[in-house]
Amino acid sequence: MGNMKLTLKIWRQSGPNDKGRMETYPVHDVSEDMSFLEMLDVLNDQLVRKGKDPIAFDHDCREGICGMCSLFINGEAHGPGRGITTCQLHMRKFKDGDTIYVEPWRSTAFPVIKDLATNRSAFDRIQAAGGFVSVNTSGNLVDGNAVPIPKHDADKAFDAATCIGCGACVATCPNGSAMLFTAAKVSQLALLPQGRPEAKRRALAMVEQMDKEGFGNCSNTGACEVECPKGISLEHIARLNREYLAATVTKE
Amino acid sequence: MALDSKIPPGPIDKKWTYHKGHMRIVAPANKRRIDVIVVGTGLAGGAAAASLAEMGYNVKAFCFQDSARRAHSIAAQGGINAAKNYQNDGDSTYRLFYDTVKGGDYRAREANVYRLAEVSANIIDQCVAQGVPFARDYGGLLDNRSFGGVQVSRTFYARGQTGQQLLLGAYSALMRQVGKGAVQMFDRHEMLDVVIVDGKARGIIARNLITGEIERHGAHAVLLCTGGYGNVFFLSTNAMGSNVTAAWKAHKRGAYFGNPCYTQIHPTCIPVSGTHQSKLTLMSESLRNDGRIWVPKNLEDAKAIRDGRKKGSDIPEADRDYYLERRYPAFGNLVPRDVASRAAKERCDAGYGVNKTGEAVYLDFSAAIERYGKQQANILKIENPSKEKITELGRAVVSEKYGNLFDMYENIVGENPYDHAMKIYPAVHYTMGGLWVDYNLQTTVPGLFALGEANFSDHGANRLGASALMQGLADGYFVIPYTVGDYLADDIRTGPIDTKRPEFDAAEKEVTDRINHFLNNKGSKPVDEFHRRLGKVMWDKCGMARNAQGLQEAIAEIRQIREEFYRDVRVTGKANEFNQELEKAGRVADFLELGELMCVDALNRKESCGGHFREEYAETEGPQQGEAKRDDANYAYVAAWEWTGDAGKANLHKEPLTFEEVKLTQRSYK
Ligand SMILES: Cc1cc2nc3c(=O)[nH]c(=O)nc-3n(C[C@H](O)[C@H](O)[C@H](O)COP(=O)(O)OP(=O)(O)OC[C@H]3O[C@@H](n4cnc5c(N)ncnc54)[C@H](O)[C@@H]3O)c2cc1C
Ligand code: SF4
Ligand code: FES
Repeated sequence: MGNMKLTLKIWRQSGPNDKGRMETYPVHDVSEDMSFLEMLDVLNDQLVRKGKDPIAFDHDCREGICGMCSLFINGEAHGPGRGITTCQLHMRKFKDGDTIYVEPWRSTAFPVIKDLATNRSAFDRIQAAGGFVSVNTSGNLVDGNAVPIPKHDADKAFDAATCIGCGACVATCPNGSAMLFTAAKVSQLALLPQGRPEAKRRALAMVEQMDKEGFGNCSNTGACEVECPKGISLEHIARLNREYLAATVTKE
Repeated sequence: MALDSKIPPGPIDKKWTYHKGHMRIVAPANKRRIDVIVVGTGLAGGAAAASLAEMGYNVKAFCFQDSARRAHSIAAQGGINAAKNYQNDGDSTYRLFYDTVKGGDYRAREANVYRLAEVSANIIDQCVAQGVPFARDYGGLLDNRSFGGVQVSRTFYARGQTGQQLLLGAYSALMRQVGKGAVQMFDRHEMLDVVIVDGKARGIIARNLITGEIERHGAHAVLLCTGGYGNVFFLSTNAMGSNVTAAWKAHKRGAYFGNPCYTQIHPTCIPVSGTHQSKLTLMSESLRNDGRIWVPKNLEDAKAIRDGRKKGSDIPEADRDYYLERRYPAFGNLVPRDVASRAAKERCDAGYGVNKTGEAVYLDFSAAIERYGKQQANILKIENPSKEKITELGRAVVSEKYGNLFDMYENIVGENPYDHAMKIYPAVHYTMGGLWVDYNLQTTVPGLFALGEANFSDHGANRLGASALMQGLADGYFVIPYTVGDYLADDIRTGPIDTKRPEFDAAEKEVTDRINHFLNNKGSKPVDEFHRRLGKVMWDKCGMARNAQGLQEAIAEIRQIREEFYRDVRVTGKANEFNQELEKAGRVADFLELGELMCVDALNRKESCGGHFREEYAETEGPQQGEAKRDDANYAYVAAWEWTGDAGKANLHKEPLTFEEVKLTQRSYK
């Protein structure tokens, strides 16, 4: 057990219809080797032992890849530190005596389920609108090496494909835009020969769905790129815009 | 009931083709009248749900995460095997088959493994077509790396995030079907029971995790693609939510559980740092391509390192014991996982461990950095490069290959692995055991199928690296679309399943009774406390090394913990709300029964094979001294356990394993 003492100010909200409020919790015995979520585990353990309702928060892999964890810590999506998710944040980033503010993602398109857990199904619907290559399962497709892909393109597509769908970009955007998320998928598939045939249709369909879900407009503040745990670059938004423009031009 | 593995006739390389040609199929118009439930959206479930929907079945897919994309498959790092022989290094379907049977220590069913190897190449083609950005070389062709236990380079990868990329491929195929309305997706839903009508699986009971509502879903077939049960050890590399509930509930409804004791302990994980630990993080096996594993030769040095008086880099080359290279010259650092894990434990138990707890060994990249640095200097035509320049160039190469893993390590440990050798220790990673299935992936309950890590089928007593992803996708994309049709051909006139039947009433009542028990219990201890205690018993007594006495003790201790759990667990909150403590309680309840069955199985298997190492059954002399000793005469069988109302009194059924292709020999990696 460690010896840091902290004060947590945590958003509590019993359900979507509750107004919600910040509540204060002291935590003791925090060690700097703990992850932020392990620190919350300690707090929840104490709450349960007292018969109180523990704090609800989403998490699963706890290694920065599933995209489930989603906390707004001291005013930053995924907290202090760049290129990491909430579950990868460790307590050595904090000092004994610190007060830490913990809130859920805030976006009209991500309604709160309870406390710090939100509903991000809007992302799934954007994906379902066009985030795929229309290919059926079949045992006799062309050989994987039939179409060589320049390493540079493959690497760039890969960089875009590392998006974990966490929603930090939305939570951090002053307009609540989902452009970075949407652009990452459009860009990945546009960069690969397999995705090219549907590139324009995909851009149109995904952007249309994004607008339907109530995400805000992108005004190029660049905040998303800064907070994105996977370093998804604004370059992809530029590529999405190009695909989208090309698509609207040919459509008209 | 006698076990029938339904292996098709004919020579091994013709069985699957023959079977495909002889199975019944469901005509397109009839598929529309058939409902299939797929529980789980990992590689196995995602691939199955997408493929079956494309074929025309009505599919309902379930997962407990908030999105299908977050299934635990997302976390797989290193790669996926396929017998493509792109490297022209002598690979073939047969060799992949052979390596897998041997790697599994001759405890897998030959016919299944052969089929797996056979469809492996299709998987890569399928994924490329979906837009999965695999690593490529400068010629634009797919790149490969090597994994443990084999001597060819057949592992395809996408930097250190292969699972993520493959799962996102399957997820995109699934979402395409969701968009078309062919799949109905139920995320944040947990299956809590399977419903059996007239001896057939006809639906499930699921809890909506947001509202707490208990729902009934009927279908003509139910596919469990619910992953592995490594979290019975509490600490493992699995995601926090990974659990055995779906498989266990199926087991209690009549599905036999195969080889529950076969657990894979992965040799390269970040060591435990303290009592607060909630999970362990894997460092991909691919690191063993370039990292060398060692501990000090001298006990004094190891002690000095543990006390903080020395660092790894202070130990001169001559005083380092590269114990894998020493013990297994032919495979060196790339021996299979079970062998590498036991060797680390052996050194640490002997007092050579290199962290505070004494449970860590080094994984060192300094030699690789130097080698790559020199290579790069040559390529870049730098004459007489300085040592610093070499290091700089070498680091860049290592970072290109493993950058994200190194970052992950630094984040968790707070130490830069380029400067200081990584410290690693084995951790629970994968479960080869699972629901027993026949060649068609059907469990002993008609209409109930199990795919991916949830079944027991292809890896025997030890899984080779990069083969789980292969199996999950093979099952989901290429096997079940055929075999489920053969079963469903009888159901074209059945009509929709009526969920008002008494069988659904009864199953739902059991589920709600269980939930109410937890919420009304008013005990004093949180769920996690019991889970941690169970995990410790399992790790100490049913982990890397097992013996009869320890296993008997474990069984008694688990029964004790279980009894206390039901008496004293405290679950806060209500049934009809988002309630994570309640979710955990149900999962731990099932782990508390499964753990006992694992010990029963381990006790029964009086031999050492693969991940199951019984201390009483090891070679005592000769060049293989200390290595696992199989007993083919008495234990070349799959242990399939039948539930009888008490995990300790499960009924054993044996499926004898016959080897027609591969000759049983002692697995030697020397
Ligand atoms: C850290 C790590 C790295 C790995 N790296 C590799 C690698 O490099 N190569 C390799 O081949 N293998 C690797 N593996 C193993 C491999 O990832 C898994 O075995 C494989 O992904 C399992 O896939 P699956 O589809 O069977 O199950 P999972 O991906 O675990 O999916 C299970 C699904 O079932 C759902 N589910 C479970 N229970 C319920 C329920 N009761 N109700 C509703 N839904 C439920 C979950 O929501 C999820 O969607 C790795 C494993 C780990 C832990
Ligand atoms: S773009 Fe970045 S911040 Fe946005 S969802 Fe993807 S990974 Fe998260
Ligand atoms: S819990 Fe998976 S990314 Fe944080």
